[in-house]
Amino acid sequence: MIEAVALAAALAAGDPQHGKEIYARCLACHALAYDRVGPRHCGLLGRRAGSVPGFAYSGAMKKSGIVWNKKTLDRFLADPMHTVPGTAMTYAGVPDAQERADLIAFLAAAGESVDCRAR
Amino acid sequence: MSFLKISSPAAARRLFLARSGAALSGAAVALLAGREALAAKSGDSKAGDVRILNTALAAELEAVAAYQVGAESNLLQKPVLDLAVQFQGQHKAHADLLEKTIRKLGGKPASAKAKYSFPVETLKNQLDVLRFAAGLEQGAVSAYLGAVPLFATRDLSKAAASILGDEAMHWAVLRQAIGENPVPAAFVS
Repeated sequence: MIEAVALAAALAAGDPQHGKEIYARCLACHALAYDRVGPRHCGLLGRRAGSVPGFAYSGAMKKSGIVWNKKTLDRFLADPMHTVPGTAMTYAGVPDAQERADLIAFLAAAGESVDCRAR
Repeated sequence: MSFLKISSPAAARRLFLARSGAALSGAAVALLAGREALAAKSGDSKAGDVRILNTALAAELEAVAAYQVGAESNLLQKPVLDLAVQFQGQHKAHADLLEKTIRKLGGKPASAKAKYSFPVETLKNQLDVLRFAAGLEQGAVSAYLGAVPLFATRDLSKAAASILGDEAMHWAVLRQAIGENPVPAAFVS
């Protein structure tokens, strides 16, 4: 029981340091502060999907109605192509729940960084 | 800084070219020779495969541009500069193959952007450029790994895996150049 509670707490919090390592997988297409093949991640949490000005999103992402938060990111990152059919993020996803929690914790922390706040 | 500590750069380049050239040409032949599998897929399967290929193409075109920035930065010295140009040529080869395959499937290939954003203000010396390139190559390996199981056509998975192998070699060589363990783990993710 205690182990289950500890696991749930870890998943809820996430480890941003480990999340930074997971984020290396995203670097073919994404950066925090500028748009690449994928949109920038500064300001991601709380942002409506498909809303970075000037970025050429897929129609599917623009129409998804998603607002990015821990819950929606967790669902999308687990299986991007089934969560938003037609997304240009043609990636199998991050199947491990802890890795997703850590990645989201990193994205949240990075959004509060000086670099992101300056953008 | 010694570029390669295990082997001479010339020997490494020869080995790299021999291996990656053979693998990629095999994949290219399979894709461009008019395999029945490509023609037999349904419209939805083709559209899905084209979308995956186009995302890969966009990333390859950006990688070509990134290596151009590195090559023109005046921060790279030979033989690192030669190797960067070589890696750029291989990304061009990947992009060419992806573009032809997308056309073969009836899709419209992504075009290179008129302008790319790169963190040039953070690139102060050769090591910075190498670290930046290594990060891109690591990401590319992960991106292809995430794409391989998604294709409806197995030949496309094979081609993507061939490109993945090439980019993993780029990543390893760049890690070696930086002074890091070139092969830090038994698996990539």
